[in-house]
Amino acid sequence: MAGAPVAAMVDGMNLNHDDHDTVVRTHQLTKRYGDRLAADQVSLTVRRGEVYGFLGPNGAGKTTTLRMILGLVRPTSGSAFVLGKRAGTAQVNARVGALVEGPGFYPYLSGRDNLRVMARYRGLPETVVDEALVRVDLGSRGGDKFKSYSLGMKQRLGVASALMGDPDLVVLDEPTNGLDPAGMVDMRRLIVDLARGGQTVLLSSHLLDEVQEICDRVGVINNGVLLKESTVSELRGGASLTVRGEPVDRALAVAMGVAGDDGVHLDGDRMLIDLTPDRAPELVRELVAGGVQVHEVGSVERTLEEVFFEMTRNELETTR
Amino acid sequence: MSATTKATTVEASTMTSGIASTKAELLRLRKWPAVWITIGAWMALTTMFGYLFNYLSYKTGDTSFSNEGETAGSLLADVLPANVPSVLLQGMPMFGGALMLVLGALVAGNGYGWGTWKTVFTQGPARPSVLAGSLSALTAFVVATVLATLVLCLGLSLLVAAVESQHVVWPAVSDLGTSLGAGFLVMETWALIGFLIGTLARGPALSVGLGLVWTLVVENLLRGVGQLLGPVETFTKFLPGTGGGSLVGSIVGTGGPDPTPGVLDVLGGGQASALLLGYLLLTPVLAGWLITRRDVA
Repeated sequence: MAGAPVAAMVDGMNLNHDDHDTVVRTHQLTKRYGDRLAADQVSLTVRRGEVYGFLGPNGAGKTTTLRMILGLVRPTSGSAFVLGKRAGTAQVNARVGALVEGPGFYPYLSGRDNLRVMARYRGLPETVVDEALVRVDLGSRGGDKFKSYSLGMKQRLGVASALMGDPDLVVLDEPTNGLDPAGMVDMRRLIVDLARGGQTVLLSSHLLDEVQEICDRVGVINNGVLLKESTVSELRGGASLTVRGEPVDRALAVAMGVAGDDGVHLDGDRMLIDLTPDRAPELVRELVAGGVQVHEVGSVERTLEEVFFEMTRNELETTR
Repeated sequence: MSATTKATTVEASTMTSGIASTKAELLRLRKWPAVWITIGAWMALTTMFGYLFNYLSYKTGDTSFSNEGETAGSLLADVLPANVPSVLLQGMPMFGGALMLVLGALVAGNGYGWGTWKTVFTQGPARPSVLAGSLSALTAFVVATVLATLVLCLGLSLLVAAVESQHVVWPAVSDLGTSLGAGFLVMETWALIGFLIGTLARGPALSVGLGLVWTLVVENLLRGVGQLLGPVETFTKFLPGTGGGSLVGSIVGTGGPDPTPGVLDVLGGGQASALLLGYLLLTPVLAGWLITRRDVA
């Protein structure tokens, strides 16, 4: 039989990718639209039980990559595996809940009826509908028509749909879009709860503080290229010290003696020193011994925002 | 798992997904006002052109464009129960088909603008199962429409018979069965063509607009041109309007002083049925090919 070896080979590939701890694995996933590369050889890995943040500015390639992971868009090249199987197959999608690029529902149906339709598609009992509505705080508005919902309510209905049936992987594309501040807090809490309950969440966002707050690991994407993939703390690179002392020139000289010439940056009358906080006593001793009056010692961490802009700036300089 | 067991499991899973998709589509179509408005428009047209105008002409002695040249006796006979198999069918080649095309185009096309196909395609069932479910639900509405038309025609003709104190002569069951079957073929063909062009255009506006222009104008113009040019005449014999019109024409007849618009005698009943069956097979295959291959935005 001509097809048997091919089938065996595909099964073999599936097994190779069926690492129990890996929920999503893409390999050089690429999507080209004409001359434009929307996603350029994106290789990312989402592990079981984590909240993975897919971070990038608008138009960076986040949604295109998510669409390929869900099988909505066919990759130009590369591959994507979800839950150990080729992405987008019926078997996989039955175990994935998704909200991609805005909620798509029937405007003439109520929120509840929209979820009933999707529950029928998923082969789920209709009891899951009300549970999902309550979970996103739409229990009292479930009977209203979808077209009468505010942007935030539509977004929450989209998340409710993605949660029905407790899927192994929840893919949320910009889930806090259109939500008011209280709604954003609730949504972030919900996402963290999902991960605590054992579900894996892959979320895309252009909101750095959101990703910093709730994600375990982050993939940074810009212009279709995955620039970096690591934990949030790795990406931020740990804390450094700040010191304010006088006279400034003497303080600078002493600090450079401890942290090296490139390890000290002056910000007004404050020095930013590339030393971990556990070396603060040593630095203070040297400063005092050097005749510096130390007014203030502290530690700061780089925000994800600073890291992100640094990375995208570097990329821009490299391409020039 | 052996290859046979695996294949059986996949088939069972596809069947389950198809049934789940049909149930989902039935729910959303049942609650969609546009579906009921479209079907209601067809019922209103059947009432007006099948019964109301003829009956008013009979009562007033005036004739209109829809019954010019008919005698009072034949006008009354047209609206009595014995003529139900003809009245049921005569509006389908033109109005009924056009409205079913609109229905099919709405069912397929609106989902692209609303983003609902995107949501549905991430729910689990494979795209062919979703397509099968959507077409099954659409077909259920076509069947219901044809049956409801029969009930409407019987009801109105019985009402006329009662008002005019006419003896009720029931149509032959075989004639009713033939009309129902032919009516379903014509209406389903147009509904599936509507679904296909709704899928092609990925929206309702363009597909409804172009579909109606084709159904109501272009096919008739081509048949006119076909009288002058042989190749065009051959081409028109394969058009869905020719198939639908000829099938209805083979049952209700095309002679008489007042031919019904859209009812033709270009093909025989068998040929016309075969042509429509060809469309019923071809349109889902083409729609399936498009739906499974295309990216969904």
